Amino acid sequence: MTSRIVPKKYPMPEQDPKERIRNFREVPLGQDPETVKLEAARCLQCRPPKGKIVPPCVEGCPVGIDIPGFLALTREGRFEEAIALIKEKNALPAICGRVCPYENQCEGACTLGKKYEPVGIGRVERFLADWERARGFRVPARPPPTGKRVAVVGSGPAGLTAAAELARRGHAVTIFEALHAPGGVLVYGIPEFRLPKEIVFAEVEYVKSLGVELKLDVVVGKTVTLEELRREHDAVFIGTGAGLPNFMRIPGENLNGIYSANEFLTRSNLMKAYLFPEYDTPTKVGRRVATIGAGNVAMDCARTALRLGAEESYIVYRRSRAEMPARKEEIQRAEEEGVKFLLLTLPKRYIGDERGWVREVECVRMELGEPDESGRRRPVEIPGSEFRLQVDTVVVAIGQSPNPLVPATTPGLKTSRWGTILADEEGRTSLEGVWAGGDITTGEATVILAMGAGKRAAASIHEYLSGKPWPSDWKPVNA
Amino acid sequence: MFKILSKKFLCPTVAKFEIEAPLIARKARAGQFVILRIDERGERIPLTLNDWSEERGTITVVALEAGATTKRLLSLREGEYLMDVVGPLGRPAEVERYGTVVCVGGGVGIACIYPEVRAFKAAGNYVISIIGSRTKDLLMFEEEIRGLSDELYVTTDDGSYGQKGFVSDVLRRLIEEGRKLDLVVAVGPVPMMKVVAEVTRPHGIKTIVSLNPIMVDGTGMCGCCRVEVGGKTRFACVDGPEFDAHQVDFDLLAARNRRYLEEERRALERLKEGRA
Ligand SMILES: Cc1cc2nc3c(=O)[nH]c(=O)nc-3n(C[C@H](O)[C@H](O)[C@H](O)COP(=O)(O)OP(=O)(O)OC[C@H]3O[C@@H](n4cnc5c(N)ncnc54)[C@H](O)[C@@H]3O)c2cc1C
Ligand SMILES: Cc1cc2nc3c(=O)[nH]c(=O)nc-3n(C[C@H](O)[C@H](O)[C@H](O)COP(=O)(O)OP(=O)(O)OC[C@H]3O[C@@H](n4cnc5c(N)ncnc54)[C@H](O)[C@@H]3O)c2cc1C
Ligand code: SF4
Ligand code: SF4
Ligand code: FES
Repeated sequence: MTSRIVPKKYPMPEQDPKERIRNFREVPLGQDPETVKLEAARCLQCRPPKGKIVPPCVEGCPVGIDIPGFLALTREGRFEEAIALIKEKNALPAICGRVCPYENQCEGACTLGKKYEPVGIGRVERFLADWERARGFRVPARPPPTGKRVAVVGSGPAGLTAAAELARRGHAVTIFEALHAPGGVLVYGIPEFRLPKEIVFAEVEYVKSLGVELKLDVVVGKTVTLEELRREHDAVFIGTGAGLPNFMRIPGENLNGIYSANEFLTRSNLMKAYLFPEYDTPTKVGRRVATIGAGNVAMDCARTALRLGAEESYIVYRRSRAEMPARKEEIQRAEEEGVKFLLLTLPKRYIGDERGWVREVECVRMELGEPDESGRRRPVEIPGSEFRLQVDTVVVAIGQSPNPLVPATTPGLKTSRWGTILADEEGRTSLEGVWAGGDITTGEATVILAMGAGKRAAASIHEYLSGKPWPSDWKPVNA
Repeated sequence: MFKILSKKFLCPTVAKFEIEAPLIARKARAGQFVILRIDERGERIPLTLNDWSEERGTITVVALEAGATTKRLLSLREGEYLMDVVGPLGRPAEVERYGTVVCVGGGVGIACIYPEVRAFKAAGNYVISIIGSRTKDLLMFEEEIRGLSDELYVTTDDGSYGQKGFVSDVLRRLIEEGRKLDLVVAVGPVPMMKVVAEVTRPHGIKTIVSLNPIMVDGTGMCGCCRVEVGGKTRFACVDGPEFDAHQVDFDLLAARNRRYLEEERRALERLKEGRA
């Protein structure tokens, strides 16, 4: 095997940056079957290291997909079996193959990656899922109904995964979603050019084909209460995500032209404001746009701004490049598209015109001091380094907090001081028969972690519905 | 899909819709609103609950033609469907027995104040209602509100009906006459609510207004609806829409509601040309 090592990933064609900043189509264009077989053949088929039961890549995947297994099948062109193997662990592979931070997960742990480029696990997964979708899903046979009813609150990756897993075990599942479309952040947050909505809806259709009922336009805590859901179901799973936008609380933040990332992205993605006036919801992007923050959400905003016509799109971030939390690939793509990075820069206040529109943001330069609790060097202001940046539009992308609606309207449902719902390792909350998982228990995290939580909770719910008693010594793991 | 069971024009630019929405009807309380979307391409717009019936499984909203979406809404007919209606959203009005409560409604705000008049009356208050509009044709719910109120005053800006002047003139007069008012609740255009706040402020009369910022989701997710109350940023869709009038920054609200003027005009022009 070693003699045939291919040091680099087979390239995946992408839309040219000059072209793609004028459309919302997906940036990477996918690979052909022959290239994918070659990519899969790069895998060394590692054995588990001493004292481990799985190879490093599998250990790096939060849902434990049999990676060498599906790569071996792919190499031989046995795509159908390969995707079936993935789906044993991951119901939404077309999504994970696109948005998983695999460089820190499966690919980050890949043995090949120690000396060369790791196997392109994400892109193979993506190919297989697309290949399957193009041929039409095969709807798995439904198991005999158990007669048990489960309510799932929220249709993000956590809720969708929990619903699919439970339906597959014969339980009658109903998802309650506040918005008019299912998918959570996958539809309202992550832009079309990174995750086409058609893919999310196809995956939702797959979940529905398992027998899951989807009720849109139901805000739990308002339209129905969690208590009512508990009365009408044998178990409830809460996957309401981290949807509450944070602001910096600095002067001028409510001026016109200043959006939260959620509003900016929701207008563009969910409401399709980029198609205004064909679609009714407007959005407003000026010539100069500043996005505050440097995570995935911020990159999405800065790149969306370009596509909506901004001439200059800035990322304003108080730390340095090394600390930027966004995926490397996305930072690189943002740069290729012309996004400019103002690092070690902190906004202090916004200055508006007489009509209430933001015109400038006053910033101060920062330098890195001693490491803080997170181990990252703490940014400190450089006195006297204030300067002003001219802007027409600002997007505040400094993170989201857990959605407070359900906890606020459910007596007895315990939360941490950050507002996350307390849950034990199986996702059980302080209320019997109620589970929670995803961003609502962890705070803003990742799609695959939310799915993993949905899956673990589903297994636990299934045991409970099969007669396993609720623990008398409940201990939350996220207190 | 949500069926329009009945539609009635209250005047050429305002219509009342009874919509099938049993889940919302079960939970609705005075002061709350819904968000609706006409069709796949539609925007999400908030409308106050004007009435509801748990038995019939219906809610009633009253919409004033303000721009493209409400114009399109008013063109829908009985038996047609709305794609989405979600609610009840916002916090209900805090209805208690205060003593004498003045309910002020301006323009389409009269339709919004109606359920509050009913709720405050049912809670045992002495209710004085003041309703007003630009002109006689735009006045609505006069008989319904009269039937529920201990006193009713009607104004029109142009004097075509009732007293000539503004609802705030009546409120000021009541105060000057030395009436003891325990609570004032006002719903209407931003300038009207601002004036009402100024009239009651020097007298320390507790005053509540229902704010109408631009919204998207209505569940606290986007921050589009942020308003400043007592110097703090609040999300009107979840923290409101009702707030202490004496703490509200009305100028900010007015400025923020002008964010999309240009786009609203474009949408309206396009609609007039015949929407594709
Ligand atoms: C712009 C953006 C980009 C991102 N990029 C990536 C990425 O590249 N890779 C990655 O792994 N992760 C990424 N993330 C993070 C990832 O999307 C989240 O961690 C993940 O979606 C969390 O899933 P969830 O199911 O817990 O919640 P969500 O996806 O937030 O879904 C929660 C759902 O619950 C609904 N809901 C909330 N309250 C109620 C209620 N009271 N009643 C009914 N329904 C309710 C919401 O409307 C929503 O549909 C990104 C996030 C954002 C915002
Ligand atoms: C809590 C609340 C309750 C309301 N109740 C009623 C009601 O009972 N009856 C009624 O006629 N109107 C009500 N409104 C106002 C109504 O939502 C707007 O008139 C409507 O959205 C205008 O849409 P349009 O496309 O027809 O007009 P546009 O041309 O888009 O706008 C006209 C004006 O309406 C406001 N507006 C625009 N879009 C929105 C939006 N998405 N959300 C809120 N305001 C917007 C803007 O200030 C704008 O200047 C309420 C608003 C809020 C926030
Ligand atoms: S789900 Fe994510 S981490 Fe797991 S194999 Fe796929 S891309 Fe890698
Ligand atoms: S670690 Fe890399 S090379 Fe080894 S089995 Fe996993 S994917 Fe293949
Ligand atoms: S409308 Fe989105 S937070 Fe209020």
